[in-house]
Amino acid sequence: MEKTISDVKPKVFGVLAQFASPKDVYHAAEKVRDKGYKKWDVHSPFPIHGIDGAMGLGDSRMGWIALFSAMAGCFGGFGLQYWINMFAQPVVIGGKPLNPYPAFVPVTFEPGILFTAFGCLIGMLVLNGLPRWYHALFTSKNFKKFSDDGFFICIEARDPRFSLNETRKLLEDIGGRNIEVVED
Amino acid sequence: MILHRDDDPTRRPTLVETGDFHEVTDIITIPAETKPTATWVILLLMSLSLLSVMVGMIGYLFWEGTGVWGVNVPVGWGWAIVNFVWWIGIGHAGTLISAILFLFRQRWRTAINRFSEAMTIFAVMCAGIFPGIHVGRIWVIYFVFPIPNSMGVWPNFRSPLLWDVFAVSTYFTVSVLFWYMGLIPDLATFRDRATTKVRGFILSIFALGWRGSARHWQNYERAYLILAAISTPLVLSVHSIVSFDFAVSKVPGWHTTIFPPYFVAGAVFSGFALVETLLLIARQVFGLHKVVRMHHLDNMNKFMLLTGSLVGYAYGMELFIAWYSGNMYERFAFYNRALGEYWWSYWIMVSCNVIAPQLFWFKKIRFNIPIMFIITILINIGMWFERFVIVITLHADFLPSSWGYYRPTWVDIWTYIGTFGLFGTFFLLFLKYLPQLAIAEVKGVMPEANPHFGDDHHAPAGANAKGH
Repeated sequence: MEKTISDVKPKVFGVLAQFASPKDVYHAAEKVRDKGYKKWDVHSPFPIHGIDGAMGLGDSRMGWIALFSAMAGCFGGFGLQYWINMFAQPVVIGGKPLNPYPAFVPVTFEPGILFTAFGCLIGMLVLNGLPRWYHALFTSKNFKKFSDDGFFICIEARDPRFSLNETRKLLEDIGGRNIEVVED
Repeated sequence: MILHRDDDPTRRPTLVETGDFHEVTDIITIPAETKPTATWVILLLMSLSLLSVMVGMIGYLFWEGTGVWGVNVPVGWGWAIVNFVWWIGIGHAGTLISAILFLFRQRWRTAINRFSEAMTIFAVMCAGIFPGIHVGRIWVIYFVFPIPNSMGVWPNFRSPLLWDVFAVSTYFTVSVLFWYMGLIPDLATFRDRATTKVRGFILSIFALGWRGSARHWQNYERAYLILAAISTPLVLSVHSIVSFDFAVSKVPGWHTTIFPPYFVAGAVFSGFALVETLLLIARQVFGLHKVVRMHHLDNMNKFMLLTGSLVGYAYGMELFIAWYSGNMYERFAFYNRALGEYWWSYWIMVSCNVIAPQLFWFKKIRFNIPIMFIITILINIGMWFERFVIVITLHADFLPSSWGYYRPTWVDIWTYIGTFGLFGTFFLLFLKYLPQLAIAEVKGVMPEANPHFGDDHHAPAGANAKGH
């Protein structure tokens, strides 16, 4: 347990429970979902197939971010070439038109890909609220197993249905072990 | 007591020879947490020496000019371009494995993707050096990028050489991003096992506070899928654009429409060969037998057989079209390749690239590690000679009066050898300090990772290894 200044009461972040296998955590997640909890999460060393359904999550918004990045890249790339050849430095080469758009395909395509790649990585991090240095869960020693072979469910205190005893009881009932209260 | 997981003949061979997630973590992280072995240190020192040779050669080139190389009229593109195409081709298998096989849900790729992505990045670094130092006036190298300047001069966007700048730099950047994205969860694994403060601190920075949240995994997996989806056309475009460097020119033997697919097939072919060479060594040195199984090597050998056959077909088709075109210059270019002054390089190419991989038709050979090791080396030699044969077509161009014989100088040779130092240094550092295999992904393909593992529906449990 972290040391805290005596008059500051540590705030409860949530209740953390460990599960034995992907299968257990999957079925446990279905039950937490059915109880109507909203502010909770599953933590696992790898993505569990179908867990988003078991948690009742909506679809990821990554696709939109990627689409807009791709369009920005393509328009930017083509626009750059068009502007250079039409306005900044119009030079007739080989008697061809100033805007030989088939020759612009590669440099339209490549920035499109480049921007999408940045959009994917940065978009993923932004949607996930990463990078972050501190998170309440990192105060739990047992939680470190999430990146090895531990499967966890954490129900957060900011969930309206959260109650220390009942939530704890629920996690116990659905097969959670090593249940602990995580403080922020 | 667990029976051997592959004892049941009705099941597909599992991709991982253990059912324990923790054991997978151990197998992959322990090499990075233990003291470096003497072999590793010696190899690193050797690589660093070669790297300094490369730096010295480049310094000498900058000081003296490109005259220190063997390039001259009529062969203005010598080893530098051969090496460029060779290295960048090698990189392509990395992206193919990480992106295209991912899209096709070839889950065996998880054992080799991290490796091949690392190889891609380092190979593209080696490749990028050559056209960069070939420009002659190195102090105006910024000219390859569209940078506003006081002269009001911009690059020529109608030139394949400029497309190449965009293609290669995009390829490098996207490969790094893809690689890093795959590394984030594994760096978190490293971080959570760190025993020293400094190690924990550094890894915490690069793991970006990853905590394996299912909500995060959802965005992560989608982003990874999109990255794979865009890397697939990217990898095809990069080597196509590299081939445009040749095909858009009006040189007999270069000006052909077969070049883009032929180059891409050759690139994948050589890349798989190098991935396997490196993998066989690392598997032995770091004891990765449980995660890199014969099944993986067999699949890679089949890939080499396929792409090698494609390359062989392209060679044959080139000859046929040269004859069928009825064009005197085109015919001569190919006649000269096979029977002219450089006949030896042509036949080295054919025997290494066309004949050697055909041995993979035999299952015995696909499962024989020493033989496959030799074949992969032969393929890499052959693919280097393929680019040599193509570039050297220049030595007998339109005017017999200007024909010449190209020879590399010692600077050419040592610059090339030096790039192995660059590659080796980075690769060894990667092997030692980063997760060599994608930990999260390897766990994800184990049957135990499936939330329905052990549920007896219609299919046997082993079918879960393929996902659903």
